[in-house]
Amino acid sequence: MTEIERHDYDVLVIGAGGAGLRAAIEARERGLRTAIVCKSLFGKAHTVMAEGGCAAAMGNVNENDSWQVHFRDTMRGGKFLNNWRMAELHAKEAPDRVWELETYGALFDRTKDGRISQRHFGGHTYPRLAHVGDRTGLELLRTMQQRIVALQQDDFAETGDYEARLRVFAECTVTELLKDPAVGPDGAIAGALGYWRESGRLVVFSAPAVVLATGGIGKSFQVTSNSWEYTGDGHALALRVGADLVDMEFVQFHPTGMVWPPSVKGILVTEGVRGDGGVLKNSDGKRFMFDYVPDVFKGQYAQTEDEADRWYDDQESNRRTPDLLPRDEVARAINTEVKEGRGSPHGGVYLDIASRMPAEEIKRRLPSMYHQFKELADVDITAEPMEVGPTCHYVMGGIQVDPDTGQSRVPGLFAAGECAGGMHGSNRLGGNSLSDLLVFGRRAGLGAADYVVGLERRPAVQAADVDAAAVLTLAPFDAPAHGGPDDAENPYTLHAELQRMMNDLVGIIRTETEVAEAQRRLGELRARVGHVFVEGHRQYNPGWHLALDLRNMLMVSEAVAASALLRTESRGGHTREDHPGLDPEWRHRVLVTRRARDGADSTDGAESEQVVPRVVVEPAERVPMRADLLALFDLTELEKYYTDAELAEHPGRPADPGRPADPVGGTA
Amino acid sequence: MSYTGTFRIWRGDADGGALADFRVEVNEGEVVLDVLHRLQATQAPDLAVRWNCKAGKCGSCSAEINGKPRLLCMTRMSVFERDDVVTVTPMRTFPVIRDLVTDVSFNYAKAREIPSFTPPADLAPGEYRMAQVDVNRSQEFRKCIECYLCQDTCHVVRDHEENKESFAGPRFLMRIAELEMHPLDVADRVPAAQEEHGLGRCNITKCCTDVCPEGIKITDNALIPMKERVADRRYDPLVWLGRTISRRRG
Amino acid sequence: MTTTARDAGGRGVGGRGVDSPGRAAIGARTLRSDRWWLPPLATTVGLLIFIGYATVRTFQQKYFFADERYLTPFYSPCVSLGCASEPGAAHFGMFLPDHPLIPYAALSLPFLLLFRLTCYYYRKAYYRSFALAPAACAVPEPHATYTGETRFPLVLQNVHRYFFYVAVVISIINTYDAIVAFRHPTDGLVVGVGNLVLLVNVVLLWCYTASCHSCRHVMGGRLTHFSKHPVRYRLWTWVSALNTRHATFAWTTLGTLILTDLYVALVASGTITDLRLVG
Repeated sequence: MTEIERHDYDVLVIGAGGAGLRAAIEARERGLRTAIVCKSLFGKAHTVMAEGGCAAAMGNVNENDSWQVHFRDTMRGGKFLNNWRMAELHAKEAPDRVWELETYGALFDRTKDGRISQRHFGGHTYPRLAHVGDRTGLELLRTMQQRIVALQQDDFAETGDYEARLRVFAECTVTELLKDPAVGPDGAIAGALGYWRESGRLVVFSAPAVVLATGGIGKSFQVTSNSWEYTGDGHALALRVGADLVDMEFVQFHPTGMVWPPSVKGILVTEGVRGDGGVLKNSDGKRFMFDYVPDVFKGQYAQTEDEADRWYDDQESNRRTPDLLPRDEVARAINTEVKEGRGSPHGGVYLDIASRMPAEEIKRRLPSMYHQFKELADVDITAEPMEVGPTCHYVMGGIQVDPDTGQSRVPGLFAAGECAGGMHGSNRLGGNSLSDLLVFGRRAGLGAADYVVGLERRPAVQAADVDAAAVLTLAPFDAPAHGGPDDAENPYTLHAELQRMMNDLVGIIRTETEVAEAQRRLGELRARVGHVFVEGHRQYNPGWHLALDLRNMLMVSEAVAASALLRTESRGGHTREDHPGLDPEWRHRVLVTRRARDGADSTDGAESEQVVPRVVVEPAERVPMRADLLALFDLTELEKYYTDAELAEHPGRPADPGRPADPVGGTA
Repeated sequence: MSYTGTFRIWRGDADGGALADFRVEVNEGEVVLDVLHRLQATQAPDLAVRWNCKAGKCGSCSAEINGKPRLLCMTRMSVFERDDVVTVTPMRTFPVIRDLVTDVSFNYAKAREIPSFTPPADLAPGEYRMAQVDVNRSQEFRKCIECYLCQDTCHVVRDHEENKESFAGPRFLMRIAELEMHPLDVADRVPAAQEEHGLGRCNITKCCTDVCPEGIKITDNALIPMKERVADRRYDPLVWLGRTISRRRG
Repeated sequence: MTTTARDAGGRGVGGRGVDSPGRAAIGARTLRSDRWWLPPLATTVGLLIFIGYATVRTFQQKYFFADERYLTPFYSPCVSLGCASEPGAAHFGMFLPDHPLIPYAALSLPFLLLFRLTCYYYRKAYYRSFALAPAACAVPEPHATYTGETRFPLVLQNVHRYFFYVAVVISIINTYDAIVAFRHPTDGLVVGVGNLVLLVNVVLLWCYTASCHSCRHVMGGRLTHFSKHPVRYRLWTWVSALNTRHATFAWTTLGTLILTDLYVALVASGTITDLRLVG
């Protein structure tokens, strides 16, 4: 190997979206030398796509709001599968994190009395989302980007070097995390290897703490709102070094993505359209959502169009429109309408705001939606309804972390934001991702800083590991070892096949046979991915970049498929046609994905094993919710989700042991 | 509805390059970036294109199409005739890295030179109160997706490499305007806008506004108001006269 | 993206602008295939027509006042001793010497010229069309160096607002001219076509003057907290709405100035007869 560029930092943050930037700000403010590595330019991360808002129970618009209400909404949205400690921290800390952004210069939309305005969103009891029109994610990301610049200016004033303590390595991709096996029983994080996209040169980072903030996995699916960066890098990097993933079967399909024209299929239409008055209609012009209110939400949503319409102006005495049910419910409803022949010409349903609001009002409230449809689809949303359909949007599953510190089971490896798992349970509420990344981005940065400060010995990168990782990274340039050049696989073709297959077989509705078929095909793809060969040289070569990302997508797809096969119930972002109901016996179990032990049940040799390590998924028990949090819910509600035995301690339950147990729907 | 379109794409790097012709399938509803992706998948797997969200929200895929600075993802193929040759080149104000990808570090360097938001020292988080009418103007500027098309098209740096040192460019002059109009920013940004960031070099020919994919009225709402604020301080003739007279005497 | 400086490319050091070392070696100075040269050309022609017409009329010193009491804006206020040739034309006295090189409205014309010369819209127009800096977006400008408005004389563009103040006064005078024209010395209140021409012209002149960027700044743009100045905020909102059409008013008023003056000249010279609508 030629000389490799090397850098030494205390904390290495991988990903420059909201979570990564917030983690980096925290680590740097704690005085640690921090690096941010990101695949795109600084300030382009997928966070900019978040539109609706950032959920925080500030109570600016409705003072009845509190962290307890937010906590309850989050748990309900996730169908009680959420890591309750994360949901608790999230609900408690989100307001502080939002207010903090104002001190960095953020300009949210205001209430009449000058406070941060908050808007309605699906699943949130009160108007709760701090927002800036429909470009809230951009505001968050730009604000934190500018905060990082401010910290660099401080360093410049002090040291004469902007990058003395905080540096952004933009357009740089990490391909492998490196451990020091001599620290602790199972080793600890020592750094990472990556490459500059621009030059193709390799770079090694030595860092005792790595914060993964790489976002989601949407690019494994054909119809997705996610950008190319969302290839599950953090998930895969974590698995490769021995961390666990949880809840990988839960993939959120946002109900409203664009369906036409084909080139923009999947691009998001913000839930804010519905929050501000837009309604879903089928081809008969019927507002069909009234037919799809599930039993667990009966009584919480309006039953007539009149009541739903009144709710926009008077939320106290009316119930909200079922157009604002949690995303999984709406996505399934749209799926059913289209399947039963009541869809729009391009296979979606109609989202109508044009007939409900003056054109000027629409343009003021939803400027970027107006812009997006005008520019991309030549549709004027102030004059005609939008055509929308479900699109892969978010993965609830992710790296299993300690809620308070963000640390995974690998010492020194932290995760935050979408690539961390647990916070959202089986389904994320809109607006909870921006607050998630602020709350847990900060906590991961803090956790990493504390970890580094507390280290007795700094883990060291092993030269052999660097060499091995470098070989693996450059492997796509090597002609396939066996077979002729005809066996060389094109990364673009493999990627398209993977996306189509995941969309069709492990998409919004799943069955045992389809998921099993998906696993079989994933096995084929994993064999072929070892034969990927890319043309050209290392300088800004997108084929090579995709070849490397493809490995991660494949590994994550295997985790999704294996988890989806095991969970024999339907809940949130996981719908099994062959197991349509909620099963309380599954509520208290979590599916954990981990890397298979070396050599174990490997059938296709060590080569593909190294390129894409195998994963295994096993169920484990969830930690029961703390009693004071459980007491925030009515017993009648909990009984819809919990087994009888789990509720024995609930304060609402009479002490009488002879009380007959309520039969719970769906219990086998 | 699909047809075969002709594309001329600049391929090369800092050492040189040339326009290369491609014949490629174009389908209904596509944008230029879709066609470039098809080229990558079928004919030119190593064609370097920078892109990200493909929805006009991240500002990564800036390039020049038929000589005009544009986002590749927001240029619909339907604006061209079927027999038009669509020429795509990298932005011509920044150093090229490869093919359509340029080194935009100039912009990040300029961003660092603008002093950051400076709130009142005694204002605690959560106590910020701002009226909507007071944040409207800065909010317009914060719509910026940092595609740098305005920086690319601005002749001050596009046609004069030597001005890059002394000129922040429309995007960052607008950033100064954003902070200057921020209701809670306490820093004085007017003198530096003129002296350090080159506001005076702007001759308000409005190309920045013309190319802005977000439709921000950069010239009318940011640059000219900043020029007027500078005029408040520096070009008030009475002040100027007084200064000149005292200098003569001195 | 790295922040390290990149080496200059392999091309000659002589290249500047889009041919600077390091930038993509594309060859063509511009690849714009549309008729980018048309707007600057149209601007040049339009401005030259106005300048030509205005110069001729300014120094003609005839046909500026019709018996119907129509005073052309090119001669308002008529303060030259020469204005005596048309009794009733001078509303503000006569004191400037009557000389062929001194326009009868020498008090106002230079300021109107400077108001338009330093106007943010006209600056764009003539920088693009006359100075070719740049002729069109992404079309290279021909100049070797460029300092913008940082040096004399262009630094004087910054005093635009003072010409705006003067323009307001002159607009008031024009308004006075248009209003007094309704009062015929013998027939009392009258409305002729010429009255309407003067009125439309003066309304559009006000639109142009009030939509000025400096006006927008003075009215409220300079404030940081609109919420503390509701009246000025309202004014700023109105001016802002007008301001988006500043270019339109700039061209429209050039047109109406010519048309108004031409109408007055034709009536004054007896070429046409003014049509009396009322009175």
